[in-house]
Amino acid sequence: MTVFCIGLSHHTANVATREQFAGSATAESIVREAGCPEALLLTTCNRVEVYGVSHKRISTDEIARCLTKTPIRDPHYYAPPFYRYEAEKCVQHLFRVASGLDSMVVGESEILGQAKKAYELARKSGAAGPYLHRLFQRAFRVAKQVRTHTDIARGAVSVGSVAVDLAQRIFGRLSDCKVLVLGAGEMSERTARALISRGVTDLRVTNRSMDRACELARAVGGRSIPFETWETQCREIDIFITSTTSETPLLTTEKLAPLLRDRLDHPLFIIDIAVPRDVDPSVNEMEGVYLYDIDSIRSVAEQSLELRRQQVVAAEAIIAEHVTDFVDSLSRGLNDAARKTEHPLPGENSLRASEL
Amino acid sequence: MDRYLLIVSTVCFLAAVVHTAIELRAGVFRPLRFNFFAVGLGFIFQTAFLSLRGHELERCPLTNLFEVFIFLAWSVAAIYMLVGPGYRLSLMGAFTAPLVVVLQVFALIAPIDIRHPVKLPANPWLEFHASISLLAYGAFALACIAGVMYLVQERQLKTHQLHSIFYHLPPLSDLFAAITRLLWWGFALYTLGIVSGFFTGHPLPRPQVVAAIGIWLLYAAILQGRHLRWFAPKRVAVLCIIGFSAALTLLWGITFTAEMHPIP
Repeated sequence: MTVFCIGLSHHTANVATREQFAGSATAESIVREAGCPEALLLTTCNRVEVYGVSHKRISTDEIARCLTKTPIRDPHYYAPPFYRYEAEKCVQHLFRVASGLDSMVVGESEILGQAKKAYELARKSGAAGPYLHRLFQRAFRVAKQVRTHTDIARGAVSVGSVAVDLAQRIFGRLSDCKVLVLGAGEMSERTARALISRGVTDLRVTNRSMDRACELARAVGGRSIPFETWETQCREIDIFITSTTSETPLLTTEKLAPLLRDRLDHPLFIIDIAVPRDVDPSVNEMEGVYLYDIDSIRSVAEQSLELRRQQVVAAEAIIAEHVTDFVDSLSRGLNDAARKTEHPLPGENSLRASEL
Repeated sequence: MDRYLLIVSTVCFLAAVVHTAIELRAGVFRPLRFNFFAVGLGFIFQTAFLSLRGHELERCPLTNLFEVFIFLAWSVAAIYMLVGPGYRLSLMGAFTAPLVVVLQVFALIAPIDIRHPVKLPANPWLEFHASISLLAYGAFALACIAGVMYLVQERQLKTHQLHSIFYHLPPLSDLFAAITRLLWWGFALYTLGIVSGFFTGHPLPRPQVVAAIGIWLLYAAILQGRHLRWFAPKRVAVLCIIGFSAALTLLWGITFTAEMHPIP
């Protein structure tokens, strides 16, 4: 029995190529059409991969044919963008995929959920048997260990998540924070939603157009306030998200200083996602004020990505250890199974032997 | 024998420092178990040392500068063990351990473990005064460490340069809350220490009294400024570092004077 992986990913094929092979096949249909005893199909926006177990070699073209939506006459047409891993390489590839090392955003955790879902589908349909069960269970364990023992998933990499991450580093729990959203653009909405998802309950929205403010407030579960009051709100709010289309800065040191006089021990986190900027950069020099514009948020996201990239070596070491161990245990299991097949013990059923 | 206990204790704290340094360098810092375990073990050996020394002297082991330094290191570790896990300040162990190592290594290397012939029976008020004051110093030391952590975190947030340690340091609000609590604890203990000093039955040297009251006034001013919101958190953090530096200098002065003019 050899375990193999045949697939396409963002590393080898563009989205136009990937979408030709995504969505039409199932693990069950691959088992049926390719003739391998076990198969699992992992399809995400960045990859289409088939994991299989077979006695005989199943060609890449055969799997490609199972995956395609429209039949193509040339049998070698699919071959170039597909990669193929077998045995140890396949195990290593799956462990890397599940741990987020092969993802477009290194360390992202969505892939683990997608892999679990793919395994569950294959298991329910009967396409995944004892080999893939062991392989994927180990992959999930490895992914968990990599996330726990390295900083691979540390730091946020999108505007909304960076804002939330920074807010948590300043205030701790966000449930007591008061948030003001000035300007009802798409970015403010995303950031507001991210904050709400982390426990913010007091969210105020204001905009020159009151209708738009009400609409956004309704959409995110906040409340709208009159546009004229936004400056005085700065006396009590903790987080200020601004994204208006104003040509000149709305908030300057001169305007903010008297408002902060009574809240010296209370930090103010300002997220300015407007271009041109709504907040004068000198505001960041004020004590207790933390100003992040779109560039600094992007820079934080970049730093997080860099931090994650630095963790790849540590993650690879963990994976290498598991690959060796898993391959050893698998070959031990295969030998035992072979011995038992030759000299079966009384009462041992074939299922136990096949479960290795 | 007792010095060996101290050496083992120092090695434990040093292990926490080295572990933190290696992990921070590799960018894989995990502050939870190892530091707390190493500091805890170091604390056990410190306690064993002080206990042995106390039995040997038949009084609280605060008879020379060496013992004072070890008692101070013990106070720092004890208060960390109390507040660290409680306030989820696990990284504080990484900052506490270097201070303890410096205090203990200095005490072990410097020729300050001079045994004074003690003939008069122990004075309980003097022992209470000295030990409670050193516990207050422990709280001030921890407030100083929390202040350093606050400044590190604040600087990263201001400059938008986030390093690996950023994700392991507690939030600014939590650190500031810890600083405030430690200041109150330290201040209460220090007040008790000063008041008990007047019950020792011996005239205290005027410079010591003036300096001790000066430190008390400094911490009272920090707390008052914090309470009335005169100072921003960053300034409170800086004042904690200044306050502890002043207190440490005073402690040196007091112990040095006491060694010159010992009170039984």
